[in-house]
Amino acid sequence: MEHVTDMKKSRKARERKRALVAYSFIAPNFIGFAVFTMIPILCAFALGFLHWDGNNAIQFAGLDNFKRLFSDTIFKASLKNTIIYCIGTVPLTMIASLALAIILNQKVKFRGFFRTVAFFPYVASLVAITAVWAMIFHPSKGPVNAILYYVFHVKNLPNWFGGSLIMVTLVLFSVWKYMGYYMVIYLAGLQGISAELYEAASLDGASTWQKFLYVTWPQLRPTTFFVTVMLTINCFKVYDIAIMLAGGGDGRLGTSSTVLVYYIYQKAFVEWDLGYSSAIAMVLFAMVLVITLIQFRGQKKYAGE
Amino acid sequence: MKTASMKRNRMIGKIVLYLLLILITALMVIPFLWMLSASIKNNADVFKVSPFQFIPDEPRWDNYVRIWTKIPLMHFIGNTVFLTIVVTLLQLITSSFAAYAFAKLEFKHKNVLFLAYIATIAMPWQVYMVPQFIMMRGMGLNDKLLAMICLQAFSAFGVFMMKQFYEDIPDSLCEAARIDGMSEYRIYSTIMLPLSKPALSTLTIFTFVNTWNDYLGPLIYLKTETKKTIQLGLKMFIGQFAAEYGLIMAGSIITLIPVLIVFLSLQKYFVEGVASTGLKG
Repeated sequence: MEHVTDMKKSRKARERKRALVAYSFIAPNFIGFAVFTMIPILCAFALGFLHWDGNNAIQFAGLDNFKRLFSDTIFKASLKNTIIYCIGTVPLTMIASLALAIILNQKVKFRGFFRTVAFFPYVASLVAITAVWAMIFHPSKGPVNAILYYVFHVKNLPNWFGGSLIMVTLVLFSVWKYMGYYMVIYLAGLQGISAELYEAASLDGASTWQKFLYVTWPQLRPTTFFVTVMLTINCFKVYDIAIMLAGGGDGRLGTSSTVLVYYIYQKAFVEWDLGYSSAIAMVLFAMVLVITLIQFRGQKKYAGE
Repeated sequence: MKTASMKRNRMIGKIVLYLLLILITALMVIPFLWMLSASIKNNADVFKVSPFQFIPDEPRWDNYVRIWTKIPLMHFIGNTVFLTIVVTLLQLITSSFAAYAFAKLEFKHKNVLFLAYIATIAMPWQVYMVPQFIMMRGMGLNDKLLAMICLQAFSAFGVFMMKQFYEDIPDSLCEAARIDGMSEYRIYSTIMLPLSKPALSTLTIFTFVNTWNDYLGPLIYLKTETKKTIQLGLKMFIGQFAAEYGLIMAGSIITLIPVLIVFLSLQKYFVEGVASTGLKG
């Protein structure tokens, strides 16, 4: 009897020791994560229901901040621009990165070199690379407009950084900068497709296009799904691209180019209207949440296949 | 007859493929070449395209010298190097450490703890950056580099990515080591870490690139000029000297070099890393 309790005791002690070891592995990351990520997230939800300038007394606001959103034209412009930017960027980046991945999955010479080069824009600093774009697309001196003028005889040269064209420039820039990243994800997906499927298709006399349509595309569906979700979430977060390409010298965005995160930043760190800025942040959160829920459902579907 | 036309078709396909590749590569590389070329020109020549000279008759190499005197570039680079190295190291160590426990150890509340990470992985930082700033300010971290470290060193993404990778390593490897009497710490450091080069390289590239290139974080926290990072400094310079194209491009080249070095030295693991860490979904 005593022997059994001893065994139980020692097993319990062993289990406790194992748990302590496990917690010691997790603690360094988890403590930092809990303090600097989880607590602020919880506060963000509360802040939306308060009036606070960060210094003086906090007042309960109820739904005031959220009601204000409906009559705020700048907020509506920010939301609209953000969504337009998403609608332009997501499909274009997806198509470009898939095409690039398919090309770079072929047996071509210098494949490693080409893959590396395609990834350059992604790792390059935004400040540096937008400065180059500002030169290349300069309305009066840039080479793009020079070609439009001298080669294509365009009389009214476009201003790529103002007016209605700014959204087009933002979308083009994003596609250029991020296609290399999504290409790597597609490459990983392509390498997961079994070669036997292509051999079978060849035996059936399928053309290159048919192979793409009946093997590559359906096999890549989970990857495409993931890429679309990631792209959409990242598009909602757009901020620095907008202020660097559309912000001019002082980094201010007008109604034609303002985006959600810019408005959150303005309300919080310029006007110190913290409650209202959190209400806008909640709109951003709600949109990302919807996309994430769609992803969860989709993942289940693909896992079941 | 049939083989001849097939051969010709394949030939044409190859040519189209290479033409496409060259076109795409040109689109990717031209801005960088333009940057390189403009960085050694004077402001009168930067936009000259007919004839375009990649290296001008009198290259202005001193653009690379003058930029250091125009802004405190040394401070900016020092701060950014310090931040990036500390954040990347912390991220690699703490993420792989936590991921090992989630992937290979059994303990109470494991699922709840991991759910906490999963639940926040898609949460944009921009949603909670304001309360986070207020909290850090309360801790006296406003205008301190330490704030940037706390902000970037502990991500759910790193833990998630490393866990996905470790789960593909067979449990039997750890079991065998345990029977041999190895402690978990030894198993982690002598078996798991050496096997996780692709995942660690991938995480290094992502963390290094993100920290080095971050703009909004430093913009919110770092106010004193000598504490600013290279991205803030370069943007400040562009704001003040918008027409100094040669200098701006020289500064841009300088900010690109460290990231390119890190990327080029780790990129051979990169596709493998993305493929094996579940980043593809």
